[in-house]
Amino acid sequence: MSGNLLELSDLHVSYGRAEVLHGISMSMKPGSIVTVIGANGAGKSTLLNAIMGIVPSSGTIIYDGAPVPRSVEGRVATGLCLVPEKRELFSTMSVEDNIELGGFLRSTTERAETREDVYTRFPRLAERRKQLAGTLSGGERQMLALARALMSRPRLLLLDEPSLGLAPKIVIDILNIVSELRKTGVSILLVEQNARAALEIADEGYLVELGEVRLSGPASEMAVNPALMESYLGSHS
Amino acid sequence: MIATFLIQDGVTNGAIYALLGLALVLLFSVTRVIFIPQGEFVAYGALTLALLDGGKVPATTSLLVCFGAVAFLFDLWSMRRGTDVGTFVRSLALNLVLPGVIYGITIVLAPLDLPSVAKALLTILIITPMGVYVYRIAYRPLADASVLVLLIASVGVHLAMMGLGLVFFGAEGLRAEPLADDNYTIGALMVSAQSLCIYGATIAIIVGLYMFFERTLLGKALRATAVNRLGARLVGVRTHLTGVTAFTLAAAIGAVSGVLIGPITTIYYDTGFLIGLKGFVAAIIGGLASFPITAIAAIGVGLVESFSSFFASSYKEVIVFGLIIPVLIWLSLSGGFHEEE
Repeated sequence: MSGNLLELSDLHVSYGRAEVLHGISMSMKPGSIVTVIGANGAGKSTLLNAIMGIVPSSGTIIYDGAPVPRSVEGRVATGLCLVPEKRELFSTMSVEDNIELGGFLRSTTERAETREDVYTRFPRLAERRKQLAGTLSGGERQMLALARALMSRPRLLLLDEPSLGLAPKIVIDILNIVSELRKTGVSILLVEQNARAALEIADEGYLVELGEVRLSGPASEMAVNPALMESYLGSHS
Repeated sequence: MIATFLIQDGVTNGAIYALLGLALVLLFSVTRVIFIPQGEFVAYGALTLALLDGGKVPATTSLLVCFGAVAFLFDLWSMRRGTDVGTFVRSLALNLVLPGVIYGITIVLAPLDLPSVAKALLTILIITPMGVYVYRIAYRPLADASVLVLLIASVGVHLAMMGLGLVFFGAEGLRAEPLADDNYTIGALMVSAQSLCIYGATIAIIVGLYMFFERTLLGKALRATAVNRLGARLVGVRTHLTGVTAFTLAAAIGAVSGVLIGPITTIYYDTGFLIGLKGFVAAIIGGLASFPITAIAAIGVGLVESFSSFFASSYKEVIVFGLIIPVLIWLSLSGGFHEEE
């Protein structure tokens, strides 16, 4: 399968009778950042949830040359990791415990290694180790969600709207962290409303509309596509 | 003088209700199951200990083997579309070999005149795995069900376990021998060694649970599941793992409570329900969420019970269960109902 890390073909997802994704196909090379852009309700989050196994889907998901395991936990074990839009942190537990639990499926030594790396990457969280996750600011929560995800030593990180609800300066911080992560060999599938910023750090882009892929190609080309500019990027930059 | 006696009696019973209340809070927060049959584990534990005292092989060992066999059939059914060797062997070991080994150990040890601590430990060993099987048979297939469906399942499990108790133990009540016979006089108080055992075991279990939840990764995973189920799944915590752990802990706590209460009251196959309900009153006062409030409330329940049985003995249960009403009113007025995030 041509050395792709992730290959989706003809992925369908329905909520009850309503079909939300109508046969999505996409592929992703190892070590790349791929971004999925599109309007609200286009099915971007559903796509990530289907890849993670949180919502049932039909069609095939080939990850690292083999079909993905059935359960969410099985997928986490193989190195898939989702940072969901709502972060889903353990709000009444400390920052430290949240981070520790991220490495639930890893060995004690692996956890110790990754923990050190995570705290150097997020010094802010190291300062707030003992604080409860629920008391963090929005940007810190997003960092904690990323940190927790990194503890699982992911090979493919699925990021759902990491910039949602954050101040512009923090959005830049977060996206910088995301492109830094790629240098460590993690591949990233990024769902973003902020299409311009996402295309800037991505290698490939997919435009999803009403549950179908409308457009795809190298991010640099998508960023200058006239049709896209019109509806998603704002007509002038 | 009477007051000190009543207080002591209340605290002793309260300590046991505290254990049950903690088990209920633990189960509800991790699995959303309101576990009515918690009291059955207590009755099973007490009856098992009493039979061991008589040098007999307790019927719970056969019951354990039956539970294991049924759980194995459930596993086989879910493996019908193919499985790997590891899963099959693990299921075989957990559901058939483990109860078999416990059965063997009991047959060898039961006729020997063991020290009472050994009998207590053997009882706990027999009862604890039942938690695993009850989870496998009744609750694991319902992992995604609503709280109401889980509650209905609990009623079913309660009736089934009580019925099985009648079949296996008969209708007669039994009383176990105390773990220790001595009595101590402290000032005006006469304290039995048994009640000291109860206080000690309760404190040890509370401390143990605290350490488990604060210090171990598995304990934290259980807390995480209680706080945010989706978040827990996303870090790879299996719902089944936390479910089995919670039920095993609950069964073990039930068995310990049974061992502790067996020597101070006569236990019938259906006594567990009433004892469990008193733990439930405490758990409700704790909002099915707070361990410390539950423990304190349980002592309160014990005190109210002992005083009301002295001053108005025929209304004793009414007064104890009546405690729940103002709490429910207060909880519903304050809107302190915790939804998952």
